[in-house]
Amino acid sequence: MKEFILIFRHEDGQKIASPEQIEVWMKQTMDWIGGIAAQNKFVMGNGLPMEEAMVVWHNNVVTNGPFGEIKETIGGYIIVKADNIEEAVEFAKGSPVLQGNGNSVEVRQIARDGKH
Amino acid sequence: MQHQELIPHLFRSEFSKITAVLCKLMGIEQLAAAEDIASETFLAAFENWPYSGIPPNPQAWLYTVAKNKAMNYLHRHALFNGKVLDHLVTFSPESTEPDIDLSDQNISDSQLQMLFAICHPAISTEAQIGLALRVLCGFGIEEIAYAFLTNKETISKRLFRAREKLRHENIPIEFPPDAEINSRLGTILTTLYLLFNEGYYSESRDIVLRNDLCLEAMRLTYLLVDNGLTESPPVYALLALMCFHSSRFAARQGQNGEMVLYDDQDESLWNAELISRGVYYLQKASQGNILTKYHLEAGIAYWHTQKADTIEKWESILQLHNHLLVLEYSPIAALNRTYALSKVKGKMAGITAAEELGLVNNPFYFTLLGELYSGIDNETARRHFKKALILANSNANKAIIQKKIDRFHK
Repeated sequence: MKEFILIFRHEDGQKIASPEQIEVWMKQTMDWIGGIAAQNKFVMGNGLPMEEAMVVWHNNVVTNGPFGEIKETIGGYIIVKADNIEEAVEFAKGSPVLQGNGNSVEVRQIARDGKH
Repeated sequence: MQHQELIPHLFRSEFSKITAVLCKLMGIEQLAAAEDIASETFLAAFENWPYSGIPPNPQAWLYTVAKNKAMNYLHRHALFNGKVLDHLVTFSPESTEPDIDLSDQNISDSQLQMLFAICHPAISTEAQIGLALRVLCGFGIEEIAYAFLTNKETISKRLFRAREKLRHENIPIEFPPDAEINSRLGTILTTLYLLFNEGYYSESRDIVLRNDLCLEAMRLTYLLVDNGLTESPPVYALLALMCFHSSRFAARQGQNGEMVLYDDQDESLWNAELISRGVYYLQKASQGNILTKYHLEAGIAYWHTQKADTIEKWESILQLHNHLLVLEYSPIAALNRTYALSKVKGKMAGITAAEELGLVNNPFYFTLLGELYSGIDNETARRHFKKALILANSNANKAIIQKKIDRFHK
């Protein structure tokens, strides 16, 4: 079985939604992840808080950001086990992140032991 | 109490204390000898008490006899085998009389240190459980065999190999260094968790024996929370879990010894005292930011002490299962999570999620599908229950499933 990373891109929820709304999204996210874990196909995952974020550029130039104000910001990821990219895409389709217009989940296979 | 009843009762509580203290004194390589001395002490009680009557303080009588027997053993071996003497660190140079300390403090310390020794990572989990039952809980070989649904020879061999391993690895009977306590505690909690489950979910028909297993697991877990070195949130969480589960002992057993399922239980038989103790331990477990599977399972067990079907209950159980599965997958957690999901989101959502699990060799998988399809598509439900019946591995489970199939014919 292969491993795939599902990368969430969306705005910073803290800036556009109430704590109650965020709690609803958290529950939905846990229901989604719980469904994958119940199939023994969840490997790991993390949210990536948008405060205190920095970007390091060529020549060690360091800037603040990303600020999470655009929908291309990475907000988190999970790693799943799947037989193929199609199955991983089916998992991605269930992500509550996709409720937001313009948000996306990028699905990428993880290279293991130098093989793809 | 007559001596016929008193001796087995004392055996269960005192055998392990005597063994732990003697073994700590003589070293792990003398474990079998320590067990023998403890056994001979009870044999002496069996021989003497019917004639001389039960002594006024039976416990003190046993300790005195055990001390004398231990002393004789030590002298004999000191005479014939100088090597043993070298291991007796507690012998002082000016006296050849070792101090056999059977005070409460030394008993509980020795038992805890034995627990650390037995649950050493070098020993297999299976052997740890067997040794814990024998050495720390005073279970007989026959009882252990009965609890594990196997024969005496298998258990004897297993215990023999485990003792050899302890001796070979020369595992000390002492508290590990502070830095190691937490990681070593992990193995101990696993063993106690499995010991409890062995009693709680055992197929054995001996109810008293099964309850004893659970109570012993609780007693040892209590030793851990009662000691400053080992008291910690995960231990409290495990103890809370055990309290919640055992609160239903009386309710889950029918008049003919048959299993009563949760939904059919008379909740007036649930033990309120144990439930409130569980709540207290769960609060103690919630101090700090450690979240173990014991916390999550205790949380789930807590909600099951609330019989009323509220949305809050099933939402909470679903979320706890989500976290539990992320922490550690198990088929039973996957099935229970799916049941909770159906309670929150309806049977259709439950069916979709259940069919993704694909646990096609698991009887409980088909029982769950049968439940979910009941009232929606009874023919499909019946088909699933029939599959469950074929896969079921115990008569108790078969009877429960057959009952569910019979419902469709009414």
